Amino acid sequence: MAFRTLITRNPAAPLASRGLHTFSLPDLPYDYGDLEPAISSEIMQLHHQKHHQTYITNYNKALEQLEAASAKGDASTTVKLQSAIKFNGGGHVNHSIFWKSLAPVRAGGGEPPRGPLRWAIDNNFGSFEALIKKMSAEGAAVQGSGWVWLGLDKEFKRLVVETTENQDPLVSKGARLVPLLGIDVWEHAYYLQYKNVRPDYLKNIWKVVNWKHASDVFEKENP
Amino acid sequence: MSLFNCITNQCPLGSNFGSSNKLGSCGAVPQLGGGAQRRDKSRNSRSITAYYGLKTPPYKLDALEPYMTQKTLEVHWGAHHRGYVEALNKHLAKNDLLYGYTMDELIKVTYNNGNPWPEFNSAAQVWNHDFFWESMQPGGGEMPTLGLLQQIEKDFGSFINFREKFVEAALTSFGSCWVWLVLKREKRCLAIVKTSNAINPLVWNDIPITGLDVWEHAYYLDFKNDRAKYINTFMDHLISWEAAAARMARAQSFVNLGEPKIPVA
Repeated sequence: MAFRTLITRNPAAPLASRGLHTFSLPDLPYDYGDLEPAISSEIMQLHHQKHHQTYITNYNKALEQLEAASAKGDASTTVKLQSAIKFNGGGHVNHSIFWKSLAPVRAGGGEPPRGPLRWAIDNNFGSFEALIKKMSAEGAAVQGSGWVWLGLDKEFKRLVVETTENQDPLVSKGARLVPLLGIDVWEHAYYLQYKNVRPDYLKNIWKVVNWKHASDVFEKENP
Repeated sequence: MSLFNCITNQCPLGSNFGSSNKLGSCGAVPQLGGGAQRRDKSRNSRSITAYYGLKTPPYKLDALEPYMTQKTLEVHWGAHHRGYVEALNKHLAKNDLLYGYTMDELIKVTYNNGNPWPEFNSAAQVWNHDFFWESMQPGGGEMPTLGLLQQIEKDFGSFINFREKFVEAALTSFGSCWVWLVLKREKRCLAIVKTSNAINPLVWNDIPITGLDVWEHAYYLDFKNDRAKYINTFMDHLISWEAAAARMARAQSFVNLGEPKIPVA
């Protein structure tokens, strides 16, 4: 199966020449249908091509407006743009992590971690199963839209399970938190397939979670 | 109306929301918008407890097609709304303190001035969805008339301007939100208000005139990510200006919008 390649170049070349970086949609390292039956290919396609792309488009727009406002010294516009930047930028950051947090079964998706991360999980949560249970429960309990994270607290050298609302990235819960895994619990992430039964989505998503990536990030932060 | 335990999972209609010809046929569907009764603690007498019931929308589940499909209503009303009602009843069963409040009071009390109790989410979402179904009608859309139109024109300049602002508010809300047209009690004017998650204008003591659910579950099955299309469809084909006018008329019993213009003879 061909990898899905979808780089959309931002047509605003003049911005690039002014030095303003424009973001573009990252490729998925797998095909839309590769995470079936845990996540349907319809959801993956919409989620990637529509939702994530929209965050990127709006993020770029907000950054452009921010640059213009800062250049003019327009403080009130600069401040007003912060919520759009947090929301859309956060959306881009979070979804980029999300695609890496997932992997098709044939590429190791769902395989429990081994080595240092496994040891840390057992230490922090008692067992791997306990971590899964905790993340699923906290993910299901998020009211409205948000994310559930497995994070590494770099300062205290321990693992944490956190939730954030809307598109707030994990660092909004603590500057020293590094995301190892992020799971999107916005309704768009599961609605077409699971309707209102978010717990079922959370039960099934573990079958395609990319623990290899989580381990890599963990080991990089914990040499 | 016969007395029976109105816990939804015991209601004979309870789980059978799919077949629309059974809906509304139960004459005893209790409109338990009001408060629950205090549990009778005496062991000898048969305890009578009352809980909130799931109100059916004022139309059949397929009546809003093709603008809001039956499938959406089945899941949105039958699963989400029902879920909120059941969660609320579960909370109330555990917490005697909250018995005896009307729904409006319950919402304000559990909102706790911005630091909501867990019961708030359920209570508010039950109210929000009751309000939402009644804010729509088959053959809805078009424009308000008479007094409501006049007030909109007074507070927004024109209906077109109001519609633009309402749509913009719905488009620019982040995450799971509601958008409301409210009558502000103190300012004595109409305003558009965005709220997140379960919050509604009752908590600020304002009077909602109409509302739109902009949580993704409200439109995802019909429109996927195209929130703009959903909002415009709501404004063009679903919104019930009759319901809004009725609420406006009632609101004027509580808010003095000014002296009536009595023509001089």
